[in-house]
This record gives sequence, structure tokens and C-alpha cells, in this order.
Amino acid sequence: MLSIMRRPVLWSVLLLIVLSSATTPAWAVDEFIEINPFLKKIPLAIPDFKPLSEGESAREAADQAARLLAETLSFTGYFNILDKGAYLEDPRETGISDAAINYRNWTVIGAELLITGGVYRSADAVEMELRLFDTFQGKSVIGKRYRGRVEDSRRIVRKFASEVIYFLTGSRGFFNSEIAFVSTGTGNKEIFIAEFDGHNPVQFTHTKDITLSPAWSPDGQWLAYTAYPKNRPFLYVKHRYHKRGYEIGNKGLNITPAWMPQAKPSSSLDDMRLAATLSFAGDQEIYLLTGKGKIIKRLTKSWGSDVSPTWSPDGKKFAFVSNRSGNPQVYIKDLDTGRVDRLTFQGRYNTQPNWSPKGDKLAYAGMEGGRNDIYVISFNGRPPVQLTHDTGNNESPSWSPDGSMIVFSSTREGASRIYVMTAFGTDQRKLLTLPGEQMNPQWSPNKHLN
Amino acid sequence: MQKKLWLVLALVMLVPGLMLMTSCAQKSAVETDTTQKTTPPPEDTSQKTSEAELQAAEAMRAAEQARNQFVNEHIYFSFDSAELSPMAQETLKRKAAWLKANPDAMVIIAGNCDDRGTNEYNLALGERRAESARAYLVDLGISGSRLSTISYGEERPLDPRNNEEAWAKNRNDQFQLK
Repeated sequence: MLSIMRRPVLWSVLLLIVLSSATTPAWAVDEFIEINPFLKKIPLAIPDFKPLSEGESAREAADQAARLLAETLSFTGYFNILDKGAYLEDPRETGISDAAINYRNWTVIGAELLITGGVYRSADAVEMELRLFDTFQGKSVIGKRYRGRVEDSRRIVRKFASEVIYFLTGSRGFFNSEIAFVSTGTGNKEIFIAEFDGHNPVQFTHTKDITLSPAWSPDGQWLAYTAYPKNRPFLYVKHRYHKRGYEIGNKGLNITPAWMPQAKPSSSLDDMRLAATLSFAGDQEIYLLTGKGKIIKRLTKSWGSDVSPTWSPDGKKFAFVSNRSGNPQVYIKDLDTGRVDRLTFQGRYNTQPNWSPKGDKLAYAGMEGGRNDIYVISFNGRPPVQLTHDTGNNESPSWSPDGSMIVFSSTREGASRIYVMTAFGTDQRKLLTLPGEQMNPQWSPNKHLN
Repeated sequence: MQKKLWLVLALVMLVPGLMLMTSCAQKSAVETDTTQKTTPPPEDTSQKTSEAELQAAEAMRAAEQARNQFVNEHIYFSFDSAELSPMAQETLKRKAAWLKANPDAMVIIAGNCDDRGTNEYNLALGERRAESARAYLVDLGISGSRLSTISYGEERPLDPRNNEEAWAKNRNDQFQLK
């Protein structure tokens, strides 16, 4: 293993080396579990990481990495991170590898999982050795070494967190995703983008007017939204990183964009498809457009409002809001058969549907007594499950790319803010606080790791 | 109050020639306002004006008042509804009369909602509210080419508070002159 570690590497690129070959994991790959934080959180111990080089900077980097990893993993709601005061063993003293661990010291305090870490730190580089142990099986299940620039520390920790989640659930998590939302801090509604955990929020639009409904393209490279810079509700498609974009300005409304999932991923806007509500023909209907706004066809046909499309992950169906029954309810249209079915029957005001990326559920905002709450409904005819209760107005649910969490807005503290919770409704907490109010969050797909 | 308004409207329609001077009327009205605030109205000038001039000034004031009323009088809606109440219909009839008397006026009807609903659906509802008023005015004989619509959904509340009174105020159509 040492010979691998000494191999020359490109310092600018994050490097990853598997420390221990994957011996039969405690949870075999075909036995991924669905973790329900409502029923049980996994007890996890993350003792302080060991500095593997001399000096204050290594100790600081080690402390910081352990703290960030605990924060990142606990963000998922899956874990109960055990209090350090209860730990009987300090791997900084006893060692961080399999041979050095006395598993009984961990099982006896209730830990089912243990993560140890070692951190090398030089002037401009950082290396981390991170391991996940199944304490009851008494073995190491993940071992990785990462190498990168000092400023890559956050990415390294998130990458390992992603490995842990993949090992447990078979899904890559959401540690490389972002959340777009609307904020009023500038005096106008503008779109901001933060990392999934609320870190580093940055203003994305500068329309200096009403800006609403951000929607991420499947590759996370484009955002579509409605804005009024020309004093009309037009759609804009703007690149996430470059100053490129398109305006979709039909007469009447141009609102509620939703990107269609792609069977064959393409980064060309001409190949991408967008569903949106347009009213140029005199009625508010959902249309299918190219990513540049060229109309391909009309998707709904019913007098009244048809708005807020959201696609099933296979792109074969979409849910939307229609007032065809007299008040807003969620409907599903099957593109193959052309059939439209009503999905929501409870309550008289159900809007903002958002289809889970796993495909089996849909989140929406349902109004009862003048207040919105977040509900999740399956497609098996069972009644919806209410996830927020008696906490002001809760709106705009949007699933994390792995379907394990939901971001939404809430007025539970007065001003509207962005909150997250697990898909089971547990662990509701505020994501960030900025000047003004925040609303309309949309979780991005996972960006590709390099 | 209602009768007085009709009198004003009747007067406005009797002197259509003066309507071409609305912009002048607007300016003079503004000037009188400012002078009234700073100095007392100069009595000697009013004594010099002839009876005809007085009547013209009065008509202009009435026209200005009618115009202001057209712009400032909103119509209101029930929750999640774009239906025109009898009261809204009466208001629209007055607006149609003014539009007939002012054939050059071009109108933007802006539909608005209270913030209890959700933003996206309210954008659609606001447009339906604006379109309801537009359709009603067209039925009353106003050319559709003079009437455009825009929806602001719940984004431009008249009253930012969160109570029944504010919500009722915010569910409206507003009429702007281009």
C-alpha cells in the first residue's frame, strides 16, 4: 500500500486511492437498506481525526475535517452521531486502521458504525486517510485516501461522505448538489444559489424586478426561470457558469418551467426539452419547448389554468396543477396513452407538485385553513402524508437528487426562509438566513465530480 | 357620491372636444395643486377669467377627476376566483363609459392575488382575473385592441399585511393607462 501512496500525483487534481480492498461488506450490495430516520437513526461514532504530520496546521486541518464530516453526514438525517464524551478509545493515540481498533470499545457505547481519519498537511496540500468500520462485524468496510489542495478539503470530506451514503443506501447522496432559491434582500426578487448545506450563497440573477421559479436542467448547467425585466412575465434560460442565455417571450404568461429528464444526456439546448405554461393562445396550457424556447407541441387541453409541470424520472409522465375541477388540484398526464388522472382529492388547494427522483412519490403544498403544508403522496391510492404541521406557511417542496430529503420554504419564524427535512419529515431545520425573505427553493441534480 | 360621479361623467361626455386637451388639463391641475399648498389662490386672476373659461376649467377638472377615478378604482375578487362580482361589474360599466368617452385611451389591466395561495398558481389566477375584466369590457363594446393584460400574481400586494382586510384588498384588477 505504501508504494501506491508514494506514486507521483497531479496535485491540482483530487486523487483517490482505495486503501483496503473491498472485502465482503457487512451490508452486501444487493441488500441496500432504506434508512428511515423516523424509525431509527444509525448510531455513528466519529472520533477526532489524527494529524499525520507535525505542526498546528495539521491538527487544525484534522479537527476541521472531522467536524465537517460529522456535519455533512448528520445533514442527511440518517445518523445519530454519538457524543464524543462517551468514547472509550481515542484513535489519535491508539491508531486509525483496522488492526488498531478495539471494536468492543465502540459496540459497548452503542456505535454501529465508526469513522476514523488521519490528515497530512503540507504548505499547500492536504491528504486524508478516511475509513468506515462496521463495529458489530468488526471490520473495515470503506478505506480511502484523498489528496488535494488545501482548499479541496471540503470536497474531499463530501466525497467520502458520498461513499459512506453509497455503501449504506446504494445511492450517491446529494453532496455535490446546489440549491437555487429566490431572495428579496436586494429589494427585488432575485435568484440565489447556495451549496446543498446552505454554504456560500451567491446571487445568480440581476433582473432588478420580479424573478421566480428557478428550474435546473438535467445536467445542472442551465437554469430556467420567470422574470419581468421587460415588465412581462417572460421565461429566461441562463447558463449556470457562463454569460449565455435565451429569452422566451410569447404574448401572455411564460411561467413554471420544468426540464424534461433526458433518456440520452445531451448538453445541447436544442436537444433539451422544457415544459412550461404559456397563455398566448388565450388559455393557460402546458407546452413542450426546446431548451431555447421553440414550441414543439401543446401537452394539456383543458379550459382554465394548467400550470407547474413536474416530470416523472423516466420522462414518460408529468404531474401538473389544474383548476379544471373548480379549484387547484394535482393531475398526472401519461404521454404514451394521453390519459389524465387526478392525483389529489384531499383539500381544496393543492399546488407546487414535485416528483421524487426515485419516481415513487410526489411532494406538494396543500392548503388547509389558509395555510400551506408539505405533503407527500404515492401513486397507490393511499392518502397523502403530511410532513409539516402547525408551523406557519410551508411551500415549494423540492427533492434532493437522491430522493432522501426535501427542501422547502417556511414562515415558522415569521419571515419566509429555506428549510430542509428528510423525506420522512424528520430533522426539519433552517438552511440559511439572508437579508430579506427566501422562498421557491429548487434542489439541483448532483454535479459531476472531477 | 354615486350620483355625483354620474353627473361628472355626463359632463365629460358633453364636452368631448375638451378631451383632446386632457394632458394640458392634467398639467394645469397639478400646477393649481402646488400653488394652493404654497400661496393662497390669487383671487384677481379668477375675477378676470370669463364665464366660458371658467366652464372650460371646470370641465377639465371634471375630466381629470374622471380619469383619476378610472385609474384608482380597482375591482376585487373572492379567494381563488376570477369571477366578476355584481360590484365589480358596476365598476367595469363606469370604466367602459369612460373608455367610450376617451377613445384614445389604451389600458393595461393588471391582475393581482393575495399571498395565501402559491406563487405559480397565482400568476395564472392573476391573468384570469385580468382577462375576466377585459372580456367584460369587450362585451360592453370596448375594442379589445385597446385592452392588454398582465399578471403580477401575488408579487405586488397593495397591502403587505397578513390579514383578511389586506388579502381582500390584494385580490384585485388594477387599470393603468398606457
